[in-house]
Amino acid sequence: MKNSHEKVEKNVGLFFLFTVFAISIGGLVEITPLFFQKELATPVDNLKPYTALQMEGRDIYIREGCSNCHSQMIRPFRAETERYGHYSVAGESVWEHPFLWGSKRTGPDLARVGGRYSDDWHIAHLTDPRSVVPESNMPAYSWLNTDTLDGELTGRKLATFNFLTRNRSHKDENGNAIPLYTQEEIDGAKDAVKGKTEMSALIAYLQSLGHALK
Amino acid sequence: MSSFWNIWVWVLTLGSLVGCFLLLRMCLKNFAGVKEGESMGHTFDGIEELNNPLPKWWSTFFLLTIVWAFGYIALYGLGNWTGLLGWKSSNQGILNLAESKAKTLEYLDKDSGVLVQYDREVAAADAKFGPIFEAYAARSIEDLATDGEALKVGQRLFIQNCSQCHGSDAHGTTGFPNLTDKDWLYGGTPAVIKETIMNGRIASGMMAWEGALGGDQGVKEVAAYVISLSGRSVDPELAKAGKAKFALCAACHGPDGQGSLALGMPMGAPNLTDNTWLYGGSKRAIEESIRNGRAGVMPPWKDILGEEKVHLISAYVYSLSQD
Repeated sequence: MKNSHEKVEKNVGLFFLFTVFAISIGGLVEITPLFFQKELATPVDNLKPYTALQMEGRDIYIREGCSNCHSQMIRPFRAETERYGHYSVAGESVWEHPFLWGSKRTGPDLARVGGRYSDDWHIAHLTDPRSVVPESNMPAYSWLNTDTLDGELTGRKLATFNFLTRNRSHKDENGNAIPLYTQEEIDGAKDAVKGKTEMSALIAYLQSLGHALK
Repeated sequence: MSSFWNIWVWVLTLGSLVGCFLLLRMCLKNFAGVKEGESMGHTFDGIEELNNPLPKWWSTFFLLTIVWAFGYIALYGLGNWTGLLGWKSSNQGILNLAESKAKTLEYLDKDSGVLVQYDREVAAADAKFGPIFEAYAARSIEDLATDGEALKVGQRLFIQNCSQCHGSDAHGTTGFPNLTDKDWLYGGTPAVIKETIMNGRIASGMMAWEGALGGDQGVKEVAAYVISLSGRSVDPELAKAGKAKFALCAACHGPDGQGSLALGMPMGAPNLTDNTWLYGGSKRAIEESIRNGRAGVMPPWKDILGEEKVHLISAYVYSLSQD
């Protein structure tokens, strides 16, 4: 073998290809098999689809960037489960598109925040966080009280989730997939949210979090 | 994992380890056709490239990382093989809490051959703290409320879980009750405090009264009467008209507005005569309460904290209103 190393050093395209190949192995081993693993596509027994209002709330959660400061992933450490509850498991997230696990906790984890506080508390807290938690550095989201939903896209969002979760929904006794939403629910989605405030949607979403593992 | 993906993981992992080894071996040989330490005939900005071998310490460490990888695989497993330790961080495949508990018990048994890191951690903590909580749980709330150590634990639990609404000093804020005074909605005895924390409270009785009271004027009249109950000065005409309408309110708040607790009823209708106001005592706030109603919710904590911790928090809360 002559100095073949020189070929790689002097050919940036070839070097790029080899680099991509070397880096991809980690992903091919650690990530690809997960797509095909049954355990990771099976919803936990009590997983329920978001209602139309919760679905809109989820989109507000994404729009306002809540996941930049709040994770939704309780790790299996006692220090976390003492504070937040049972650690998050794969079956709770199989219908999440995109998942909102987050990677940073400026604020607390929200994976099981549902039912921890009253709706009134959430309204006070989102309108002015300092009114209930004086040391909080969370921004205020007071416009959620006045902005209302028109529901134009809500039905399409539900239909899209039907499509995205078609292989991962609950099964009936005969093993057939049960779609997350019936056509009736999709058609009625607009009326279900129209005129409601964004605050009520976001709170409906927050209150829905974490009840699936029972 | 299916056998295809199991083989996929094994082949790629072992293949890349062997590949790394072969790459290292190749790079240790001199293919350049130039003697060691001599120029490769390549200069840039006056810096000359010499044909130097890989440093021995570097190639040794590279080799050690490969050896380390095999040791790691042997201990922690690969693909479907769980490795010699049978280690995993948590039980990820579970579909409900009962399954989670069953798996925990199954794997805590040393003979199971599986070591779930999280469950071991919790078991160790339970062995350490369990007896302490158990001893507290066996004592009465009144007794614990005089035990400084128990109150310290209770206070920490309170700050972690309750202060977001009731405040870190438990003085509450608008809409969230002050726990340090003697004014209770559902009762301040140890048993009732514990019941409130365990199962929560939903105050659904205070609905929007504007319609039933005959519009805005009716709201203003009743508000004036309610304000007069705690001895504040109001327009006597309005208050008089309000008094006539107060019969509607008396069902829960009592004929004299002294609250449901004074009547021995458990619905949490506040005393209106003591000038303590959960939602604010201004004329505007009281009118708002009557017009649109109020629905305070105390979440249930039984499932989140468990009875032993609730018992300690109850003792702390009880102690706050004792002189």
